[in-house]
Amino acid sequence: MTFAAPAVRFRAVTRHFGPVKAVDGVDLEIAPGEFFSMLGPSGSGKTTCLRLIAGFDQPSSGEIEIFGVASAGVPPYARAVNTVFQDYALFPHMNVLDNVAYGLMVRGVGKRERHAKAAEALALVKLGQHGDRKPVQLSGGQRQRVALARALVNQPRVLLLDEPLGALDLKLREEMQVELKALQRKLGTAFVFVTHDQGEALSMSDRVAVFNEGKIVQVGPPEEIYERPRTEFVARFVGGSNVLPAAVARGLGGPDAPCSLRPEAIALLTGPAPEGQAALSAVIEDAQYHGAARRLLVAVAGAALRLAVSIPAGEGGGLGPGQAVTLGIPLSALWPMEGAR
Amino acid sequence: MRSDRASRPLKLAALGGLLFLHVPLLFVFLYAFTTEEKSYQFPPPGLTLKWFGVAFGRQDIWDAIGLSLRVAALATTVALVLGTLIAAALARRQFFGREAVSLLVILPIALPGIVTGIALRAAFNLMEIDYGLLTIILGHATFCIVVVYNNAVARFRRLSGSLVEASMDLGADGFQTFRYVILPNIATALLAGGMLAFALSFDEVIVTTFTAGQQSTLPIWMLSELVRPRQRPVTNVVAVFVILVTFLPILAAYYLTRDESGHK
Amino acid sequence: MSIAALPAPRAGVLRGLSDFLLRRPGAYLALLLVPPLLWLGIIYLGSLFALLTNSFFSVDEFSGTIDYTLTLSSYGQLFQLANLDIVIRTVLMAAAVTLASAALAFPVAYYAARYAKGRMKAVFYLAVMMPLWSSYLVKVYAWKLILAKEGIVSWIADTLGVTVVLDGVLALPVVGGPSLSTSYIGTFLVFTYVWLPYMILPLQASLERVPGNLVEASEDLGAHPAQTFRHVILPLALPGMIAGSIFTFSLTLGDYIIPQIVGGSNLFIGQAVLIQQGTAGNIPLAAAFTVVPVAIMGLYLWGAKRTGAFDAL
Repeated sequence: MTFAAPAVRFRAVTRHFGPVKAVDGVDLEIAPGEFFSMLGPSGSGKTTCLRLIAGFDQPSSGEIEIFGVASAGVPPYARAVNTVFQDYALFPHMNVLDNVAYGLMVRGVGKRERHAKAAEALALVKLGQHGDRKPVQLSGGQRQRVALARALVNQPRVLLLDEPLGALDLKLREEMQVELKALQRKLGTAFVFVTHDQGEALSMSDRVAVFNEGKIVQVGPPEEIYERPRTEFVARFVGGSNVLPAAVARGLGGPDAPCSLRPEAIALLTGPAPEGQAALSAVIEDAQYHGAARRLLVAVAGAALRLAVSIPAGEGGGLGPGQAVTLGIPLSALWPMEGAR
Repeated sequence: MRSDRASRPLKLAALGGLLFLHVPLLFVFLYAFTTEEKSYQFPPPGLTLKWFGVAFGRQDIWDAIGLSLRVAALATTVALVLGTLIAAALARRQFFGREAVSLLVILPIALPGIVTGIALRAAFNLMEIDYGLLTIILGHATFCIVVVYNNAVARFRRLSGSLVEASMDLGADGFQTFRYVILPNIATALLAGGMLAFALSFDEVIVTTFTAGQQSTLPIWMLSELVRPRQRPVTNVVAVFVILVTFLPILAAYYLTRDESGHK
Repeated sequence: MSIAALPAPRAGVLRGLSDFLLRRPGAYLALLLVPPLLWLGIIYLGSLFALLTNSFFSVDEFSGTIDYTLTLSSYGQLFQLANLDIVIRTVLMAAAVTLASAALAFPVAYYAARYAKGRMKAVFYLAVMMPLWSSYLVKVYAWKLILAKEGIVSWIADTLGVTVVLDGVLALPVVGGPSLSTSYIGTFLVFTYVWLPYMILPLQASLERVPGNLVEASEDLGAHPAQTFRHVILPLALPGMIAGSIFTFSLTLGDYIIPQIVGGSNLFIGQAVLIQQGTAGNIPLAAAFTVVPVAIMGLYLWGAKRTGAFDAL
């Protein structure tokens, strides 16, 4: 998208709270119509970035543009972005229809028209029948949908979602992931989705930005983030990957750098190592059955190193703590990384 | 082992405490009907309704009630505005001097009433302001602010901060947000605070003694009757009236804010 | 959803002002705080300052007019035996009333916080709130009826045949008097009655915050109920008790009506202030007298703040 301005652009954005750098020199471009996730542990700066886009907070330095327009000094109500809040922030004194129609009301849209549009938006999130209820009468999942409808009815050019699925139970969350993604494709609005759940970020996003300590450590499509982590932090946080010290990787015939190694890439060998794999002796410390997979924690002989290994549940039925195994490590699965953070 | 039932002594002590609080007020009702005019003789030698009629016909009582109502209404109005402003400023924000401001709000009620009273009197003398309705209201509004503030600040704190952000995010500016989101959510707390402020002002006597001129509010009238009784049963009737009049706003204030007082 | 364009946001003076205030949080805060601070700062603090200033003036003994040169003579007068007597009497009364209120309030607050549930809880709350907010003068008046020589207490003593006991109590030195309504006992009873709700409410609030399982944990660990009370409940209830005592102490220190209506001829601070500024016309001495409760309460509040009592208010 070189011909159009990006939906959101950060240029060297920093936000200090006293001595704390919540956001520390972030550069970022989000394309129009993109599903963009900000992934990171709590306190990593992702929510602060979202609030900077919404206008609830101002950067200490740097610039934020929304569709090519500098946003410094533009109050939240004059920005073409809307937010779905983590706690939904539904107005408790209004019914669902008036909640959804609120953005239209404050812009002076007539009652009949705004109610019709609000009803449309509610139908879009499959809550057409609940317009006259108060927010307290709804379940968590329903409130989440109302919050979504309330934001979307204003036709924002960017929709900001702050951990919108965090309060839902697992099944509901998985359903909403599918629906949100479908909705985003249908509307073509840019979604900026803040989450600390890497599964959520990987499954829904066009691109993911991984945050750590106020900085973006890696940004790219989910496959790239997962398979080719740039730092040890990304490898551990996103994939639950093993991190091999440079010496171990070199010893196996791999690159002379710290390497990530995904648990499911490791095989259990019964004979000599096939072409392209290195063999490594280890002792099982723990074995867990996870339904689809079996996860082993093994201690590598002669090195202070533990590795997580994930094998199909059908294999290794008789394995238990104390047993010696030989690991087959494909050299192509050793991905060299640049640093720790 | 969970002791879900209170022990007998605790129950009796709690009950005793409550009786101690309530029984004396019942005697006021009884005495409004006594036929004895000159003393507080108990039990009353006879019962009569005539004092209600006598009290009803007394212009000085009506004047005192009228003044008290005017003072309470105006002082409450001032307190509502000022108390809400302070509550809005203090509820969430941290700023330099925040502690000092909250102390300043509590001070008029934390310091003995006589201090507030004589301080105001000293200032009025210094500024050569004539005593009257204005000086009474200036005093009353000052100590009513804290009542409104207490009610409003509790509600502001309960009001999720993201509601205000959500409103602005949806396109409402600060004034629209106040009108459509904040005001509807704090309205009952303000009403409750206003009623309590009204009751407080309607009943106040210590500060009023120093800030009133020749006019009498109802409590000032009652005080003069207590010090130099003229017709004791008429005072009893007025006392019953005051109990009933203050009862209603207090009950209303309770029901308006009861979900906040920790009773689920 | 229809893709019809939304109307532009409203424009105008208010929108402009809103933009301005959002860009400058300091200006917004000032807008909120300036009116109340002007009021409290000028009217209230100004008055307190005027009062304090007055206390450093003196009254010319011959002409009776106020001498506007700064002097500590009014404070010196406070230490004359008669005046010191008034201060000590008032502080002792305030302390006695505070202790009695705490003792009476505890069972009510504890029961309401720990055992009363649902409707019962609401009843308890209202039963404390109503007397707190009902008319101060009416409450004092009710006790005048009860304590008067020909009043209820005398009648009860007479009916039960224990007039001797009542007379014995009234014959006690210092606290006794011709009748209950003209004795320190009477004054003490009325003070305690009138300020009791101010002790119950904060005490109950602090007891509400003691989780029930804390008491169970203490019992589970082998503590006797008395030990649980001493080591668990009382320390946790203390901030509430101190918060309540701020009211009972301060209100007693400054009151001049209760001792005037129910009590003997000896003065309390409030009455002294009233007399000095009224009939005696010695405003500097009256001002110096009011500085006493302010100073005491200042020390008291400072101490209370250190115990965290303000969170229980």
